[in-house]
Amino acid sequence: MPSAPGTLEIRTSPHVLSGYSVDTIMFNVVLALLPTAAFAVWAFGLAALVTLTAAVASCLAAEWLACKSSGSPSTLGDGSVVITGLLYGLTLPPACPLWITAVGGFAAVGLGKALFGGLGQNPFNPALVGRAFLQAAFPVTMTTFTPAFGAERFTTLPGTSLAPPFGRAEPDAFSGATPLAAWKFDGELAQTSDLAFGLVGGSTGETCALLIAVGGLYLIARNMMSWRIPAAMLGAVALASAALHVWAPEAYAPPLFMLFSGGLMLGAVFMATDMVASPMTHTGCWIYGALIGAVVVVIRIWGAMPEGVMYAILLGNAASPLIDRLVQPGVFAPPAAESAR
Amino acid sequence: MEAPDTTAMGAEEFWKGLWKENPVFVQVLGMCPALAVSNTARNALAMGLATLFVLTASNAVISLVRHVVPKQVRIATYILVIATFVTLVDMGIQAISLDLHKALGAFISLIVANCLILGRAEAFASRHGLGASLLDALGMGAGFTVALLSLGAVREILGAGTLFGLPVLPAAFEPWVVMLLPSGGFLTLAGWLLVFNAFEQRRARASAPEAREVPG
Repeated sequence: MPSAPGTLEIRTSPHVLSGYSVDTIMFNVVLALLPTAAFAVWAFGLAALVTLTAAVASCLAAEWLACKSSGSPSTLGDGSVVITGLLYGLTLPPACPLWITAVGGFAAVGLGKALFGGLGQNPFNPALVGRAFLQAAFPVTMTTFTPAFGAERFTTLPGTSLAPPFGRAEPDAFSGATPLAAWKFDGELAQTSDLAFGLVGGSTGETCALLIAVGGLYLIARNMMSWRIPAAMLGAVALASAALHVWAPEAYAPPLFMLFSGGLMLGAVFMATDMVASPMTHTGCWIYGALIGAVVVVIRIWGAMPEGVMYAILLGNAASPLIDRLVQPGVFAPPAAESAR
Repeated sequence: MEAPDTTAMGAEEFWKGLWKENPVFVQVLGMCPALAVSNTARNALAMGLATLFVLTASNAVISLVRHVVPKQVRIATYILVIATFVTLVDMGIQAISLDLHKALGAFISLIVANCLILGRAEAFASRHGLGASLLDALGMGAGFTVALLSLGAVREILGAGTLFGLPVLPAAFEPWVVMLLPSGGFLTLAGWLLVFNAFEQRRARASAPEAREVPG
């Protein structure tokens, strides 16, 4: 709580500061996301650029409105909303109509964050709440993907992007399937190198697994992110899919394909690690990550949808208070003090 | 024994169900039908009217028999009375429109278990005369119908672009499928509760200064 200038500031312990404020961490997360966002614009052209811009702008607008209507000081400057907007934009299909992007941005910040009390109070990752709302509201639009590296991507926008507000978006003829959908419904397996370097279709920011991993490693190196969550999540997916692949290679995709396809990398590095919605203890992080990874494999293999990272993370978020209760650390006192009472 | 039924009091018995004690938006009763069959305006209106009928008829009967029913078996008696009228409604809807009966499904029979109806029987009809009980039931039933209709209208307009099956939005409108799904019911209900509470808070804030002046 800021004190009046010139008065002595009195606080309870701890008095040692790490030097990291919310602003610093948020700025670094944006920095770690920039390569992914830049690659998205290179791969999908203008469509990705306007989608990301609209996503960030709508989240900022929703946050401004929420702060204004609740009478609380504006939190636009701390960067957390920019991250929400950027992450949310990266999960959308590149050719998503702009008005749908804006509706989802308001759902992300309004339903996912503001209604629960703003920054630090959200039980779910706000970006995924926004995307889940759109997935339920506009299922066709949210699963229509344009292929990457179209010839005219820097000169023309796809027709769907500029659909009139609340108007129907007719999917373009050249929409293509994501590698996960191709595998699930047609049995075609994409090259792992294509997946790693992002040469495939998919959501705006999920395609280049390597750049996402680099961003994550940067944050881990600066100690701004729990490395246990992505490690547990990717490990669980790798183990489960490897076991299944060894058992029946024709029916189940190899682990490398599972790791590098779809939104798994983006989800594991930037979404599941949401500081508010993930467990607090180290053991809790391991359980949480493994739970999400297991649910991803179950949805991808036995579910009706080709991809399930979003729902897996939202389920993990819902379970994280329970995980925290499960692995609550003991009282910090010597056993003698316990028995003396 | 009873408070005299003056016209002012009678009007109050009726209007409280519509706004001040609205069964859905203020008391948050009868959530099961309110969420489950409010996916279109037609279903919502039918469910509201069916509940209105059962509520009015059972309140009237229970008010009439309130002195002859022993206290120990009153709940069983209420349920028996309510179930009788629900059976009537069930058969009536089946005769009027089989489509509607199919759309409402088990929720017609479940009117028996609607806590709004048993609640009014226990809290109001068993302690008041016929006139007051009728007005109370009509008010509560109308409040329930209006609430369901406002849920159903929003969900149908956003979810399908139509109202009572007639198109109200241009053909190019992209429907919000989520509004027809169960989660849309929760979202719409939450939105209306937000509007209601915002109104109530504003009114409370507006009347607060006067309240403070009274003791001084």
